[in-house]
Amino acid sequence: MSLKTRLIPCLDVKDGRVVKGVNFVSLRDAGDPVEAAAAYAEAGADEICFLDITASHENRGTLLETVTHTAQEALCPLTVGGGVRSAEDVLALLRAGADKIAINSAAVRDPAVLTASALAAGSQAVVCAIDAKNVAPGRWEIFTHGGRKPTGIDAVQFAEEAERRGAGEILLTSMDRDGVKTGYDVELLKAVTSAVNIPVVASGGAGELHHLSEAVTVGGASAVLAASIFHFGTFTIEEAKKAMIADGVPMRRTW
Amino acid sequence: MLRKKSSKRFPTAAKQSGHQAFEEGRAIAARPFLLRCDGEALTRPPMPTVCVIDYGAGNLHSAVRGLERAAPDASWRVAVSAEPSEVLAADRIVLPGVGAFASCAAGLRARPGLVDALVEATAERKLPFLGICVGMQLLADLGEEHGEVEGLGFVSGKVRALKADGLRLPHMGWNEVVPVADHPLLPPEGDAYFVHSFIFEATDESDIIAAADYGERFPAAVARENVAGAQFHPEKSGAYGQAFLKNFLEWRP
Repeated sequence: MSLKTRLIPCLDVKDGRVVKGVNFVSLRDAGDPVEAAAAYAEAGADEICFLDITASHENRGTLLETVTHTAQEALCPLTVGGGVRSAEDVLALLRAGADKIAINSAAVRDPAVLTASALAAGSQAVVCAIDAKNVAPGRWEIFTHGGRKPTGIDAVQFAEEAERRGAGEILLTSMDRDGVKTGYDVELLKAVTSAVNIPVVASGGAGELHHLSEAVTVGGASAVLAASIFHFGTFTIEEAKKAMIADGVPMRRTW
Repeated sequence: MLRKKSSKRFPTAAKQSGHQAFEEGRAIAARPFLLRCDGEALTRPPMPTVCVIDYGAGNLHSAVRGLERAAPDASWRVAVSAEPSEVLAADRIVLPGVGAFASCAAGLRARPGLVDALVEATAERKLPFLGICVGMQLLADLGEEHGEVEGLGFVSGKVRALKADGLRLPHMGWNEVVPVADHPLLPPEGDAYFVHSFIFEATDESDIIAAADYGERFPAAVARENVAGAQFHPEKSGAYGQAFLKNFLEWRP
């Protein structure tokens, strides 16, 4: 009787192929993002996230094709991020079949791109992706370029600005925890979820099943995003959901 | 060869063997101008069409594919159009919609003759009609998002902000669809994917067939005669959504 917490597997996609591959089920082609997304949807994923890490903006057409095929095959929402520079990019991805578009460094460079995107496509389609590092007790700073470049921008204040400018969701990645598998940065999550009234997706650090629940019960996240724990078959979507339900998190049980 | 076959240009199915039909088809295929009328008659029965209205309000790929999947044995043709003639030639109509009420209503009115065609299709021809998300909200008399804007008025009501009671907005994610009426469109139970901040407040409670809860109880689906709407996205809602779309294709209002 209530809104369920979303469990979101995230796939890194480069030039139309999944980077690192997905080994959780017997896929015919572990590098095919469409097949992987459809398999995750079948397995009960509540949403799929594609992060496009294609270096060249000229190869955008490949991503659009991938998005279109995925929207046709996966019966769940699809969020796409990576290299989104403008409201025009947002509209092109939505027209291709994505449901939500994550804007990262372009929003840091110029937050007006959030305003323009929300006006053009509606807040429900605009996700502000924030990559943050803990720089002092209770303070997180936004970093770009894969966590190498500091910006001097406070992550919590930027999340508030993103909400004011019309973003419908925050995708919050802890750069300290990303790939470390020691759990999400729950303090960062708490700081952001208490500052904004739009949904916040926790990202970066999931290694154990109880990490997923903590992001929600302690951190206040509306959704949890994870990559390697699912791709390498450490846990299935169903195992993750069962563990979260056992921890008292409302999850979708049938699909 | 062609001349000989042409004497049997309109054979009746009962008199003709499969091999003859095949030969006839090949002969006709060699005559492009006759392919359409004769070829259709020889090879397949007329297929019913569901028209997804394309008026610039978001992507249609998922809705089209969802309907194709929901159609048993590919028994429906899914057309995508905003042309009044195509709308009126269809057997069923789906009106999708994402974004704001005002911009979707403007998009609908910007297509010449489209609103009139929708009115004729639903009110006179009584075609089964499904509005999805903002497409459902457009069925109302009035929308309050970005100022008061007139809707289609197919189901009495107005579209107002969801009173989320302090919960985060938009209402985004999977939530339970609770049937409040025994209606053929509704699968038994399940969660569906919602993303919205405004709701359809129906004037007549009996038009509400399903509800959901988020801060307040609101209509998850409405239906009046041959016109229905879903606040959730059946095309994104896994097996539950597929069952809903299949029910729509089989619905005999």
